[in-house]
Amino acid sequence: MTTNSHRDTSATTRIERHHYDVVVIGAGGAGLRAAIEARLAGKKTAIISKSLFGKAHTVMAEGGAAAAMGNVNSRDSWQVHFRDTMRGGKFLNNFRMAELHAKESPQRIWELETYGALFDRTKDGKISQRNFGGHEYPRLAHVGDRTGLELIRTLQQKIVSLQQEDKREHGSYDARIKVFSETTITELLLDGDRVAGAFGYYRESGEFVLFEAPAVVLATGGVGRSYKVTSNSWEYTGDGHALALRAGATLINMEFLQFHPTGMVWPVSVKGILVTESVRGDGGILKNSEGKRFMFDYVPDVFRKQYAETPEEADRWYDDPDNNRRPPELLPRDEVARAINSEVKAGRGTPAGGVYLDIASRLPAEEIRRRLPSMHHQFKGLADVDITKEPMEVGPTCHYVMGGVEVDPDSGAAYGAVRGLFAAGEVSGGMHGSNRLGGNSLSDLLVFGKRAGGHAATYVDQLTGRPRVAVTAVETAVETALAPLQRDTGENPYTLQQDLQAVMGDLVGIIRREAELEDALARLAELRERVAKVSAAGGRRYNPGWHLALDLRNMLVVSECTAKAALERRESRGGHTREDFPTMDPQWRRVNLVCSLVGDTVRLERKPLPKMRSELIGLFDRAELAKYLTDEELTEFDALVAADAAAADVEKENR
Amino acid sequence: MGTKRQFRVWRGDAEGGDLQDYTVEVNEGEVVLDVIHRLQATDAPDLACRWNCKAGKCGSCSMEINGMPKLGCMTRMSTFEENETITVTPLRTFPVIRDLVTDVSFNYEKARETPAFAPPADLAPGDYRMQQVDVERSQEFRKCIECFLCQNVCHVIRDHDENKQAFSGPRYFIRAAELDMHPLDTRTDRKDYAQTEQGLGFCNITKCCTEVCPEHIKITDNGIIPMKERVVDRRYDPLVWLGSKIFRRGQVPQTSVTSGHSPGAVRSSAAGGGVHSHAGGSHDAQAEIQAQQGVNWHREVPHPTAPAVDASGKLPLTELTFDRAAAPSPFGDDVTFPLPPEHLNFAHPDQDERNH
Ligand SMILES: Cc1cc2nc3c(=O)[nH]c(=O)nc-3n(C[C@H](O)[C@H](O)[C@H](O)COP(=O)(O)OP(=O)(O)OC[C@H]3O[C@@H](n4cnc5c(N)ncnc54)[C@H](O)[C@@H]3O)c2cc1C
Ligand code: SF4
Ligand code: SF4
Ligand code: FES
Repeated sequence: MTTNSHRDTSATTRIERHHYDVVVIGAGGAGLRAAIEARLAGKKTAIISKSLFGKAHTVMAEGGAAAAMGNVNSRDSWQVHFRDTMRGGKFLNNFRMAELHAKESPQRIWELETYGALFDRTKDGKISQRNFGGHEYPRLAHVGDRTGLELIRTLQQKIVSLQQEDKREHGSYDARIKVFSETTITELLLDGDRVAGAFGYYRESGEFVLFEAPAVVLATGGVGRSYKVTSNSWEYTGDGHALALRAGATLINMEFLQFHPTGMVWPVSVKGILVTESVRGDGGILKNSEGKRFMFDYVPDVFRKQYAETPEEADRWYDDPDNNRRPPELLPRDEVARAINSEVKAGRGTPAGGVYLDIASRLPAEEIRRRLPSMHHQFKGLADVDITKEPMEVGPTCHYVMGGVEVDPDSGAAYGAVRGLFAAGEVSGGMHGSNRLGGNSLSDLLVFGKRAGGHAATYVDQLTGRPRVAVTAVETAVETALAPLQRDTGENPYTLQQDLQAVMGDLVGIIRREAELEDALARLAELRERVAKVSAAGGRRYNPGWHLALDLRNMLVVSECTAKAALERRESRGGHTREDFPTMDPQWRRVNLVCSLVGDTVRLERKPLPKMRSELIGLFDRAELAKYLTDEELTEFDALVAADAAAADVEKENR
Repeated sequence: MGTKRQFRVWRGDAEGGDLQDYTVEVNEGEVVLDVIHRLQATDAPDLACRWNCKAGKCGSCSMEINGMPKLGCMTRMSTFEENETITVTPLRTFPVIRDLVTDVSFNYEKARETPAFAPPADLAPGDYRMQQVDVERSQEFRKCIECFLCQNVCHVIRDHDENKQAFSGPRYFIRAAELDMHPLDTRTDRKDYAQTEQGLGFCNITKCCTEVCPEHIKITDNGIIPMKERVVDRRYDPLVWLGSKIFRRGQVPQTSVTSGHSPGAVRSSAAGGGVHSHAGGSHDAQAEIQAQQGVNWHREVPHPTAPAVDASGKLPLTELTFDRAAAPSPFGDDVTFPLPPEHLNFAHPDQDERNH
């Protein structure tokens, strides 16, 4: 190992140095899959993670991983999956990413079996697939309600198996792939416009560490910690988003945040914890405080054709999905979240500000325990709520950020003014458009994790010289990192975090208004001053206050992007709802909002959406497209169809 | 609506530390981790503690609460009395880094040593076919969230650092069991491995690991015992060996089965082929099952107390200073005979029938 410690000339700080070909920041599904690919391509790879190995956020995913394997309904195909994804994202998705995702996810899931994963099975021994909101056919590969755990453990064990190979071949487990757990990256270092390395600290000791590497893959997940009610852990402070911005990359779609419709709102110990969508897939229904099953009142026009109009029809769907339309409880998440919000605002909510999700009265207790074992266990254990006996109190919870690093769809390489930077997983943007379908994230991690890892390796191969880390850049990084510890006049980081969460939760939350967004931007500017002066008590060894103080500036810049983009986009679409512009506007569908950093201010630009290839747009009905596209685009579509028809005629004649 | 509660939290690092008292507000419906977070936000911003999911899914927040190994995020405050002082300490089996954070790298090393899944060579991805009933056995073990509470509670390594090299611990026994039971794993030596490399023989089925597992994995019944049962015809296992002795001779056991308790627990030597290579008992499986029925595994096994030796490693006692004539009892002065039957590992083979 090329590790050596040396004394930095300016500061008396020890900095451990490592040299790698590819550094992957993040040990969730995307990071681990990227690292496996880079290692398989022969690159010396480091995996860096803020928490212990195997604890990343991916572990929490419950429902499953979407892949059109067609094991349960053979009519499923990548085309159908592609259509569902575009519909879910309200046609704002990067179509190429949605296409690659739909095509490659079955392969990525099958591959997991060769690593040792054990999914639930169908009767004929294939991987079983379950229904989920927004997916036309049963499509989610799953293991009970702990699919994320299976995914991360499988990848973790695959990495161990590669390390065992390396041990046999090179005598050391760490010869070609090494995991740096409980290590936080605070800065990316550049050589001109090329990535040269990553700088960070070991949480345990507070010592600094420098990774020199020509290629960095960001797989740092999301931003949810900026919100009051969230399903996300302390890790989700938008580090990757902020690192990318500071390195010269761009972020897109930052106004789109997914609020999971059914997070627990009561009791406190489970506040923010999600009730998996499979509760609704398995028959759970939503009721307001008057006991009314209200979702039938909230089916938007674009979905009328697919959703039942009466409770009787909806109930028949569970047993006979081919001849009945689905219950409205299975509408995409944003629709459900919005419906709940409206009910609560109209005064029909529960005392804690949610609505009731009832499965207890719909299935026998035994069946509930069998289908939802960990849900049952979790609520019984945490809150003494027995979901087989009483309804749950649920409400919208900040869950997922659709926005993220703007990347090249095929390679995951970040756009903007930087080379050698790749992004995959929740930290990247574009794939899910304005709203993500449940289950599409886990498969997204695998598909684009593999691509980013592979392309990072290719990028390293074609480099002629190694970029070099500038000493001054390291010195600045050290200073920035130590600053909160050296100040004792500033505010407590926890207070600042609470204030930030209040601003984002109250003013840039699920329903947005122009005046509030402007107010939010003003408050964020004030917070920026305060965060610049934050001070942390204690020393450098495992000091969570210090860690939070360093994370705050990332949360802040990412929140600014969200607030700015939310103010700019004057329409409602997917994970962005403007009360003052309540409908979708086809003109806005053609626009991506792109954030970059100039000095330390966020700049927002409009960028046209790439145009879908003709064979892909041909997969949709004209009637459906009419809901999303401008007249101009529709005319184009008609011409395309006419041309196709003509071509077909010519072919017929020629035969 | 909050009430003030008393907390004692261990603060310190590898050099040492002590319990510190805090009075902290607790609201209805909160868990211990919520209270730790409140401490961080108020009195102790640098209090170190691991957590991620706050939902019992990631296994990060393991700690000892009133001495019981638990997940902080799954321990409801309502399970304590209002006036009860709650003591929170780090996991004892692993070296402390700071406050409630311990160095759990031992577990990752053991994980790395366990041979990985060996996929069938002739099956392409997508062609794997398995029945639900067949995957379920392994799936139980794959529920493991790696909280390491079972590792922490296992007496073989708790307070016995010297056993750590030879003993992988319950978490990794079930990993071996999981692969052993995997319908498509092509390695056939999983049990052997557990015995020779993981130190399965150290385990005397006290079931403490099963008791603390937050995922309710039946570590012993479904993992360890099947692994032991099937190695037994080839390998010596002190537990089964002892069990069979008791049954065959119908005797009260003379030795305690807590071999792992004694600091001098025998190390595995690869050359010797197994832990405890000093004896070899080969038994047929049926006899083993019968043997086990004769043993009362649920008995609380008392920890042997170490004698109070002085700096030279000897008792501060000579024949002259001793207050009695003749030698003391080898069983300890506080032991009287006959021993009370409920303290024995022996259970009558017919006892269940008699109860009917
Ligand atoms: C409760 C819950 C349920 C979900 N259920 C589903 C589901 O059923 N199906 C589905 O498809 N999706 C689901 N999701 C979404 C999905 O789990 C996540 O989007 C996905 O796991 C993100 O994976 P990732 O690899 O991008 O990042 P993560 O798994 O979050 O990993 C991020 C990694 O980056 C590291 N990191 C971050 N910052 C730094 C830094 N500065 N330095 C070093 N390391 C850093 C972290 O330590 C971590 O290892 C769910 C999410 C939640 C919260
Ligand atoms: S049953 Fe075995 S592994 Fe489990 S705690 Fe007891 S000795 Fe340790
Ligand atoms: S087996 Fe149970 S106690 Fe042990 S690490 Fe896994 S989840 Fe924790
Ligand atoms: S925080 Fe994840 S198990 Fe407690």
